[in-house]
Amino acid sequence: MSVIVLFLAVIAIIAGWWLSQQRLMAKPWLDVGSIGETPAWGGSSVPAAKVGLGVFLAVAGCLFALLVSAYFMRIDIATTSGATTTGTVLRTMPVPGLLWLNTAVLVVSSVALQCAQIAARHGQRDAVRDGLLLGGVSALVFLAGQLLVWRQLVDAGYFAASNPGNAFFYLFTGVHGLHVTGGIVALGKTFGKVRSGVAIERLRLSVWLCTAYWHFLLLVWLVIFAVLTGWADDFIVICRTLVI
Amino acid sequence: MAEVVADTVGSIGPAEVAEVELYHATSWLTKYVFCQDAKVIAIQYSVTAMAIGLVALVLSWLMRLQLAFPGTFSLIQSENYYQFITMHGMIMVIYLLTALFLGGFGNYLIPLMLGARDMAFPYVNMLSYWVYLLAVLVLVASFFAPGGPTGAGWTLYPPQAILSGTPGHEWGIILMLASLILFIIGFTMGGLNYVVTVLQCRTRGMTLMRMPLTVWGIFTATVMALLAFPALFVGCVMMLLDRLLGTSFFMPSIVQLGQQLSYSGGSPILFQHLFWFFGHPEVYIVALPAFGIVSDLISTHARKNIFGYRMMVWAIVGIGALSFVVWAHHMYISGMDPYFGFFFATTTLIIAVPTAIKVYNWVLTLWRGNIHLTVPMLFALGFIVTFVNGGLTGLFLGNVVVDVPLSATLFVVAHFHMVMGVAPIFVVFGGIYHWYPKVTGRMLDETLGKIHFWVTFLGAYAIFFPMHYLGLLGVPRRYYELGATAFIPPSAASLNVFITVAALIVGAAQLVFLFNLIWSLSKGRAPGGNPWGATTLEWQTPQTPPGHGNWGKELPVVYRWAYDYSVPGTERDFVPQNQPASAPTA
Ligand code: HEM
Ligand SMILES: [Cu+2]
Repeated sequence: MSVIVLFLAVIAIIAGWWLSQQRLMAKPWLDVGSIGETPAWGGSSVPAAKVGLGVFLAVAGCLFALLVSAYFMRIDIATTSGATTTGTVLRTMPVPGLLWLNTAVLVVSSVALQCAQIAARHGQRDAVRDGLLLGGVSALVFLAGQLLVWRQLVDAGYFAASNPGNAFFYLFTGVHGLHVTGGIVALGKTFGKVRSGVAIERLRLSVWLCTAYWHFLLLVWLVIFAVLTGWADDFIVICRTLVI
Repeated sequence: MAEVVADTVGSIGPAEVAEVELYHATSWLTKYVFCQDAKVIAIQYSVTAMAIGLVALVLSWLMRLQLAFPGTFSLIQSENYYQFITMHGMIMVIYLLTALFLGGFGNYLIPLMLGARDMAFPYVNMLSYWVYLLAVLVLVASFFAPGGPTGAGWTLYPPQAILSGTPGHEWGIILMLASLILFIIGFTMGGLNYVVTVLQCRTRGMTLMRMPLTVWGIFTATVMALLAFPALFVGCVMMLLDRLLGTSFFMPSIVQLGQQLSYSGGSPILFQHLFWFFGHPEVYIVALPAFGIVSDLISTHARKNIFGYRMMVWAIVGIGALSFVVWAHHMYISGMDPYFGFFFATTTLIIAVPTAIKVYNWVLTLWRGNIHLTVPMLFALGFIVTFVNGGLTGLFLGNVVVDVPLSATLFVVAHFHMVMGVAPIFVVFGGIYHWYPKVTGRMLDETLGKIHFWVTFLGAYAIFFPMHYLGLLGVPRRYYELGATAFIPPSAASLNVFITVAALIVGAAQLVFLFNLIWSLSKGRAPGGNPWGATTLEWQTPQTPPGHGNWGKELPVVYRWAYDYSVPGTERDFVPQNQPASAPTA
């Protein structure tokens, strides 16, 4: 559970920093405002949707951190109960080369959305449309690629039920894929609005939200990829020394 | 004068929400059914939660009947008992209390108390309710599924939860897991709203430190729930895969009836970690809103400012943070490393400090207050008593050595019913008696309310206090019947009969409450907008019940904290939050 505890510690630090800006030491019973002297509002000027996305990303991040936690704990238990080296019990499955391609496609998707967002800031309608289109299509390609990976693995006889490591692989990729799907729906809506000629200033926020979400999905994918292929093993070792 | 206000203030926060920004119901269907108004959603949440809670109440009667008169009811076989216990526990904790406090009270009170027109994302908020309703329906469906609902216990521990020896392993467990997954998705939608509304939609002058403690409690609980529910989500998804696809996340190699099952290598302990990583914070997800609401009830009905407001806020936040690092105290008997146990026992006992501070502050608020023994106040007092009682037994159970023999006895059942069953339910009742006049424009009947309180309070004690003794004797929990056991004296059986009679009486008292809710809707006294003389914004709305958009043309401006009761030199014994200092106090 050290991964999730670390993740929450980061959230706690952010929350603590925010709280420290909120004059928690104020003595509210002493300060009474009078007419004309308007008390500060205390909210931030960030649009509610951005804050909402931030909170949602914290929740989704929590979800993935828990999955990774479970994976490491599972390895831990397998290791202590007989098998010798970290991870070998779980990672009997080869890493399909296609995953590299998919990763590249997801990077392209993120970059395209970043371009769209920059274009939105400068009010370039066509560039926004192209960026969103490229981002959306490449995300769809990514999903198709992931499904193909599943296909290849199943054909090669690596079923979810045959080994906990395989099961984790399908679980991780599946949950991540669902999040990508949700993103594509939101992206599709924004794209529809661009097409139907809604003023670009009014879409800036939506494009920003999509882009931020895409970067998050990319980051999550990179972490998952590293964990599944075992590059994160050093990290486990560090964690273990930290915990004990 | 109003001119001045609008002027100075324009740059700080918007005073008016343009009409176009507000959601407008266009038909009967969107006004009462698919409504995006947080007040309607709150009522939908509350009614659904109470309806399903009634099912859980009936299940508790059936369990008690079985425990008092084992073998008398052919309807209650041992499998049924486990199904009842599971559904009772799960419904009470999640579908009733969590949904009612956050979805019900949260939706109604957050926008009103903060001077907002609605939640930040009304559409998502509406979806949240409908997903919740779907979750409830899926849960109810499991009663009618072949094999009945799951009997795995509300903790759903694998491997037994999905093995064929457990009742409901065919459909019950699948529906239960699916329902929980839906609940979590629905809750996340609502939770985003509550958090963002508190962060971004406060009216001018409503700094964090001027928020009523109710909002603080609900806000912190929501943040906790958003971070804790994913653990249950992950656990449920993984178990569902184990059950449906035959993966082995949680399932070790098992030989059942001489048959080697196809599972291998999974870890049941992993589930326990995930479950309790959610499960312990869940206790506080239910408790923190209760803490907040009870603070406001006590302050209002004792006509006195809350003692140590800042400490109350810090304690709420501190408890919220700490409760994420104590989960393993539910796993003392799972064979964990003793040093782990020591760590978690320590963190558990540390939480007692902010919790005790809160209790002292409530008592000090009452001290020399002008206590009105209204029904909400009675329930608030009942809460303090039962909560302290349950908290003390919690200190016993937090210690590894004491917990090991008491774990899995009725002592634990008594403990958690006191602290997270009865105590928060009292706050729910207190809250309903308190805010009903705002929601409906009518008072609940006072006499019926007092009957409801006294029977419930004394009855709950009669039910759960003796259970401590049964637990100390070693009577195990989750047992269908005790049979002839050497260490359990026959008097335990008579005590069980007594408890059951008390439980049935308490159950009947809830029907009185239900009657009161419905009867008062049309027959109750109409008391006006602010019957309790309360300071918080929801009592200052131009209409009662508050109209669409909550406020008139202009949002209220907040000039003071929420607890200016009995301020010397003022005419009335309360000063509303939106009354400026220099205005004449009339
Ligand atoms: C009149 C009210 C209630 C009565 C008579 C009652 C009775 C019972 C009984 C007899 C059991 C089974 C004990 C055993 O054999 O182990 C039980 C379990 C339980 N109850 Fe209640 N209960 C009531 C209210 C509540 C409330 C309000 C909650 C909300 C938190 C709650 C939560 C639970 C939980 C979580 C369990 C454990 C289920 C399990 O072991 O899986 N109960 N209750
Ligand atoms: Cu706990």
